[in-house]
Amino acid sequence: MIGIGLVAPIAIYPVFLMKVLCFALFACAFNLLIGYVGLLSFGHAMFFGLAAYVSGYSVKAWGFSPELGILYGTACGAVLGLVTGLLAIRRQGIYFAMVTLALSQMVFFYCLQVKFTGGEDGIQAIPRRPLFGLINIQNDLTFYYVVLAIFAGAFLLIWRTVNSPFGQVLKAIRENEPRAISLGYRVDHYKLLAFVLSAALAGLAGATKALVFQLASLTDVTWQMSGEVVLMTLVGGMGTIFGPVVGAAVIITMQNYLAGFGEWVLVIQGFIFVVVVMAFRKGIVGEIQAWWERRTNKA
Amino acid sequence: MLFELIGIPPQALFGQLLLGLINGAFYAMMSLGLAVIFGLLNVINFTHGAQYMMGAFAAWMLLEWAGIPYWGALVLAPLIVGATGVVMEKLLLKRLYHLDHLYGLLLTFGLALMIEGVFRKQFGSSGLPYANPLPGGTRLDFMFLPNYRAWIVIASLVICFGTWFMIERTKLGSYLRAATERPDLVQAFGINVPRMITLTYGFGVGLAGLAGVLAAPAYNVSPLMGSNLIIIVFAVVVIGGMGSILGAIITGFSLGIIEGLTKVFYPEASNTVIFIVMAIVLMVKPAGLFGTPK
Repeated sequence: MIGIGLVAPIAIYPVFLMKVLCFALFACAFNLLIGYVGLLSFGHAMFFGLAAYVSGYSVKAWGFSPELGILYGTACGAVLGLVTGLLAIRRQGIYFAMVTLALSQMVFFYCLQVKFTGGEDGIQAIPRRPLFGLINIQNDLTFYYVVLAIFAGAFLLIWRTVNSPFGQVLKAIRENEPRAISLGYRVDHYKLLAFVLSAALAGLAGATKALVFQLASLTDVTWQMSGEVVLMTLVGGMGTIFGPVVGAAVIITMQNYLAGFGEWVLVIQGFIFVVVVMAFRKGIVGEIQAWWERRTNKA
Repeated sequence: MLFELIGIPPQALFGQLLLGLINGAFYAMMSLGLAVIFGLLNVINFTHGAQYMMGAFAAWMLLEWAGIPYWGALVLAPLIVGATGVVMEKLLLKRLYHLDHLYGLLLTFGLALMIEGVFRKQFGSSGLPYANPLPGGTRLDFMFLPNYRAWIVIASLVICFGTWFMIERTKLGSYLRAATERPDLVQAFGINVPRMITLTYGFGVGLAGLAGVLAAPAYNVSPLMGSNLIIIVFAVVVIGGMGSILGAIITGFSLGIIEGLTKVFYPEASNTVIFIVMAIVLMVKPAGLFGTPK
């Protein structure tokens, strides 16, 4: 995986790869909730988009260095995650999805109305100052390796979280919440912590994306964006560690090549949604894993 | 006198109140349809907004392509849209009932994207006009009341009351409610539960289509009209609590009025006031105002 990441820019345009990495991180953060706690958040764009705005604004208007801007965006994602999480985890299942969706719509209208986001124009021409005052990230290839490092760090954090005692409790909550409660776990604390972690990582993805494209815009906070991250995770495979990465790569590639089809992209995305839900529920990575297990069991 | 004190001209206040009431009428009809579908299928019908939009477009197409006027469309369009719902349930939704409810939500979300995409491709995003079938209005002491707006409020009250009556007070409704609780038992009494589920879905979808026909002359007929509305209706549903038909109706109308009043007194918050109310209600009553905690 790391090897592929290191050599990939030889063959593929680095800006495209950075886009894939940002969305892969976003999808991994989302998958932490749906795949390991069983919570379907339909409002994750609010963390992604708000973090993009605040990091973009802090870098452009306050002269923050890129590392500070990204940290600040991540922190804002975490705080927003804490506030919305406190409200949302009081409901379960589809209600949870609807509450997160409605809260993210509130954030959308907030971003549309306040001054600092630049309304319909967004924040444009966000400068790429040297990272830590040393590394020149004007160069796309250099910046690609920085983004790869950010992604790898966050991915390790997620992997570590999932394979820790904390992660085991999360899976127990997903499988049987009443039993987890009766075992004495304070389920709401675990859920909230997972929610904040997921929001912070979605924020990290959004903040990085703002610097990659030097742009933070309304698209990042719309509910369609929340839907897209659900689609990426679903296509790749919910609850698998590599699924969201594969899903993000597939969907971003598809969008890149289908951009000329205009509105048909929406139809195709919807169609993929339907096909995956009807026939292909484990996703690409999930199906491969299941096939591998069947094979090894036979042998 | 009072109006001069608070510095709002009465025309503006009542005008916004009427607009709020009309929006509330649509919120009520839409959350009612969602509640009916959720009650029996346990599916959050994300396609509801798209089906509302289809209702408006069906009315438009019936007029432009077949020359059928508004009053005919009011009957035909909900039937057409409801029929698409029946097909959708038979072909797709039916196969997901044994799974986690989340899959129903995801499937209907995907379908909503497809439908919206097709309509955007065909008709563009800007919207088409639909002639007002009831022009003119009544001049009251404090405001001007356009006929068509009065008709929307009356029609939606009749639809809401009729649906409530059918589900809570008739034999058919009691079968429905029984099937919600114990489908296996109701099946054993010789009632065809799968067919009932299909027809209920068709009915809920038809309600969305009917709301769409009512909306066509009041707003522009546009492919985006559904996706703009559906999120607000979800918030209404969370506030009202999914369990109750009456809750959907009362919450829908009241939130429309609250939104209208916010437009008068603090316009900056008018887009978000419903979500703010939702946050407050969730803090006090997580199950919603009329819901039962599960």
